[in-house]
Amino acid sequence: MSTSRDQIFGNIRLGLKRGPLEGEALEKVKHRLAYHPSSTTPARSDLPQEQQVELFKSMATEAAAELIELDSSSQLPQAVAGFAKKESLKQLVSATADELMQLDWSETGDCKLLHREGKPGDIASLTGSFAGIAETGTLMLLSGPQSPTTLNFLADIHMVLLHESSIVGPYEAAWQKLREQGDSMPRTVNMITGPSRSADIEQKLQMGAHGPKRLVIFLAKD
Amino acid sequence: MQINSPKFKESSRIALEDANLQKALGNLRDGFPVKRANAVDRMPEFDKLRDEGRDLKDHIIANLDFYLEQFETNVTKNGGHVHWARDSDDANKAILEICRKSGAKTVTKGKSMVSEEINLNDYLEENGIQPVETDLGEYILQLRKDHPSHIIAPAIHLNLDDVSDIFHEKHGRPRTDDPAELMQEAREMLRKQFVAADVGITGANFCVAETGSTIIVTNEGNGDLTQTLPKVHVVITTIDKIVPTLEDMSLFLRLLARSATGQEFTVYNTLSTGPRREDDVDGPEEYHVVLLDNGRSEMIGTQFQEMLRCIRCSACMNHCPVYGSVGGHAYGWVYPGPMGSVLTPKLIGIDKAGHLPNASTFCGKCESVCPVRIPLPKMMRHWREREFEKHLSPKGFRFGICAWAFFAKRPALYRWLARASSLTLKLIGGKKNRIRSLPLKNGWTLWRDLPAPQGRTFMDQWKKQQSSK
Repeated sequence: MSTSRDQIFGNIRLGLKRGPLEGEALEKVKHRLAYHPSSTTPARSDLPQEQQVELFKSMATEAAAELIELDSSSQLPQAVAGFAKKESLKQLVSATADELMQLDWSETGDCKLLHREGKPGDIASLTGSFAGIAETGTLMLLSGPQSPTTLNFLADIHMVLLHESSIVGPYEAAWQKLREQGDSMPRTVNMITGPSRSADIEQKLQMGAHGPKRLVIFLAKD
Repeated sequence: MQINSPKFKESSRIALEDANLQKALGNLRDGFPVKRANAVDRMPEFDKLRDEGRDLKDHIIANLDFYLEQFETNVTKNGGHVHWARDSDDANKAILEICRKSGAKTVTKGKSMVSEEINLNDYLEENGIQPVETDLGEYILQLRKDHPSHIIAPAIHLNLDDVSDIFHEKHGRPRTDDPAELMQEAREMLRKQFVAADVGITGANFCVAETGSTIIVTNEGNGDLTQTLPKVHVVITTIDKIVPTLEDMSLFLRLLARSATGQEFTVYNTLSTGPRREDDVDGPEEYHVVLLDNGRSEMIGTQFQEMLRCIRCSACMNHCPVYGSVGGHAYGWVYPGPMGSVLTPKLIGIDKAGHLPNASTFCGKCESVCPVRIPLPKMMRHWREREFEKHLSPKGFRFGICAWAFFAKRPALYRWLARASSLTLKLIGGKKNRIRSLPLKNGWTLWRDLPAPQGRTFMDQWKKQQSSK
């Protein structure tokens, strides 16, 4: 008895009127996977880096993300402490990414800083980010031991550090950046554009469905 | 899902008289098409992207076996498992086995139309496992023991009152008609479920051959919690969701968000590749992809091959005057609207779904908004031909078509008859030029007047115009 797999492949090849690919045809598709050509990338994000940053800001804001601009990432602890005070946050769960751990977190006021994965009931979380994509104001976050995915979804408020230098134009540039890292694909790649929402009740948009109700991006110039 | 497609006519009549449904459908007609148009206006390259999307899909189908093999190899290389399922039964059994091995009692589910196609929820329940839908719309429907009527806005047939009622009944909290409070309620109720679940099941919008990744596209974040918190992540998807590379996926993501909800980009686009890595502190320990065929491979090399391009954006149904009038449930199965009218006959048989390809005015709006340019009206016509060939159409219809064919093959007679009927109808129309009732054709005149012909046939007018040149 042939397996489901054999039957599916048999059907596909029957429909295509050929056996398994070979020769030139095989080389052609292998080439596509190896060189991953891009389709047309929208002209909108084909800009000098400075303007890409501006585009990122306007698109992210349009998607209801909140932006806090910093001259340097060294100002992040202070900015986070200020935000925590304003929002009366008693606790903040943070990723342990190097870009966060190398900062001085000694002065966070009443807000207690924890380093662990996200858990139900968390009010606020803080993570780094891998890239910002100007085209649609999208953040790209990679999972790893120092950046657990649960931090991106369980808290009511998700705070993210993004360096201006990490902002690229289209999605394709972010994939290129990921490939240049050399490692294989992380377990999870999150592309996040604004906070969680749903329009499932009468097609009227409501913010804060299952993911964070607020997405706060700390955008650092360095 | 139970098949009710043979009852399309009856269901449509009921739908048209259902005031609540008509109110709900009004939200659809005024919403999605406008949002899509605005998003398309902001992307000058959109039509070019559609051409590229069409061509890329054709390339993928022409090399589907190769890309599927690559996908399987890369999923396995990353520590995941691929399960091939020829039909619903195969897929359900594979998923049940995974659940049993992990000792699962409850499973959370992200939104998946494929899971509706295989009737997964009923199957799991029959086998003692409780599925919990987590997409807000799907959650509402599960509480109501209802089914989706739209592929991306599953509860579009309901109004605020319906949601207030069912939440009040099932959650035992004071009744509220504030949508924000209702959503907060669902958020709180489902948090417990996300944590308690042993297995999380999601669909996939695309499967990337190059990396062995699957991607889900959601606005709520429920799919992410579904696949991140439990020990096991199961992806149930179909063989036509394959794309070669991340770049290729990006093209389809651009087309999908704009065509579906008119968003610039959906909030969460999440790629999953294998189970959690060695030092990870969260994420599932197992990652399974169930790849379902269910008749799709048989569409290759046939008149219906182009249907495999579909990326399930819902633009066709959002713009369809028939869908907009009767809603999704009237179609009687999982996939409604124009894409359903082409796909459903293939999946459940033309003998059961014969009404669907006939439920079209052939206005062509669906094809004109399709992001991968699927010739939907053409394929509905192919189904009508097959239905006729198989002698499945009603006697009166067959008689009419045969009678028409008799005259059409005799042009002189045809013209004479056309002239006579045109004149007769003009006379019946009288001064008002409208016909209030017509024997044998009261399906039309029951609901509105038929505008009377002007008395001269097209051929007569054409001849006159040519001679006066």
